[in-house]
Amino acid sequence: MKRFSIFVDGQPIDADEAATVAAAMWNAGLSHFRTSVAGERRGPLCAMGICFECRVTIDGVPHRRACMETCAPGMRVETHG
Amino acid sequence: MADRLDAQIAVVGAGPAGIAAATRAAEAGSDVLVIDEAPGPGGQIWKHRRPEHAPRAARKWLERFVRSGARLVRGAQVIAATSDGELRAELPGAGGHMLDVRWGRLILATGARERFLPFPGWTLPNVIGVGAAQALLKAGVSFQGRRVAIAGSGPLLLPAAAALAAGGARVGLVAEQAPFPSVARFAGGLLRQPGKLLQAAMYRGRFAGTRYRTGTWITSARGDDRVREAVYTDGNRSRTVACDVLCCGYGLVPNLDLPMLLGCATSAGKVVVDERQQTSQDSIYCAGELTGIGGVDLALVEGEIAGLAAAGKSHGDRSLPARRSRQAEFAARLEAAFALRDELKSLARPDTIVCRCEDVILARLDPRWRRRQAKLYSRAGMGPCQGRVCGPALEFLFGWESDTVRVPVRPTPLAGLAHKEERADTT
Repeated sequence: MKRFSIFVDGQPIDADEAATVAAAMWNAGLSHFRTSVAGERRGPLCAMGICFECRVTIDGVPHRRACMETCAPGMRVETHG
Repeated sequence: MADRLDAQIAVVGAGPAGIAAATRAAEAGSDVLVIDEAPGPGGQIWKHRRPEHAPRAARKWLERFVRSGARLVRGAQVIAATSDGELRAELPGAGGHMLDVRWGRLILATGARERFLPFPGWTLPNVIGVGAAQALLKAGVSFQGRRVAIAGSGPLLLPAAAALAAGGARVGLVAEQAPFPSVARFAGGLLRQPGKLLQAAMYRGRFAGTRYRTGTWITSARGDDRVREAVYTDGNRSRTVACDVLCCGYGLVPNLDLPMLLGCATSAGKVVVDERQQTSQDSIYCAGELTGIGGVDLALVEGEIAGLAAAGKSHGDRSLPARRSRQAEFAARLEAAFALRDELKSLARPDTIVCRCEDVILARLDPRWRRRQAKLYSRAGMGPCQGRVCGPALEFLFGWESDTVRVPVRPTPLAGLAHKEERADTT
């Protein structure tokens, strides 16, 4: 399986072509994906595209669900916090 | 401009029910188009990181599906549909590009999602669902060395615990809220997979290296930047388990938004279908978890029946109704065995968040309201998940049933909603 880096808030993390962005972030020990309206840290809850808790900005596009996006080389992910 | 496709039969959802329906209909000579939001077919249950890891039945069906000639649109999310033969889906990528499909018959097989119930600490990072843990495993997460607690309800707890343990997790708790007698009764009457796991767990009293506790539920989770420990009880005594990940899910609920949008009659949270899997709407069929949670075998047989019926070959296979009755019996036993206990209604405290999208706390909700009032007065259910997480919880806590479904059924760029002509002006 092809391995490469993606960048989360500018930091490179390991990823592969079969992993979702959420999986790559979890493997890198990142659990804070977005900040809720009341200021809480949030990460994936359902991991199947239902809950929208894992939403991040991917390659400049906001509100992408990290659990539904497959990693691609050089992908740039921004979390909200 | 939106792409446009025509199909005699459109199928929404490429899990077991949708795959079986599409395969049978295409084999019967119909022109079939399947739309699914995932990058590949199989749904949540048959999705695998490496296709060769999928179970035999999955590989067999997926190969047969490919041979059947049915077309598959991947990564497309249906956002709107009308009962007179149109549906609109958002295609993958960031552009908000749309696909319009004209269909003659429609088979809905949109499956189910996990039911979550609010408890103090459930919004902490690394508190996830039980199905979520399996989804993350399949999506490439390594659980090696992570301390995991698994709780909630239903036969999914055990395969999840087994999969996590096999993936190197240190499983510190497996807790089923249903009491021992009802779980034992359920396990005793089963021959198939979840039954075997359950029987083994009950017989040994242990599972995946830890005790399988029935009549036990999580009362709170604590942590800082993520969950660190969970408190559980059997109603008499509370204990604490340290964990890096807490998986807590209370069974599954059908994804009713599309059937409701299309005016299909529902009852007790399920789509009502006749013996041919046809809904109250002519030309619209439902199969799988939409008609009641019954697992993969029931989903397959319902899909086969729906596919043949939509293709006008209702009597194409006379063995199917008997298979469906047997599996439906399993579904009824499942529902009875894992009924949720009343104690779970009082886990949330006044300051516990109930709607995670809008951070609405329990104290802001008035039990005398209906669901619609809750939306208007508190914003519960108004965020991007459109009530898919808090809805089933509010129904359990207050008896608030979901109200009408509106277009778009998923958040979508505004351009996707505009008519083609309007968009032609602006692009």
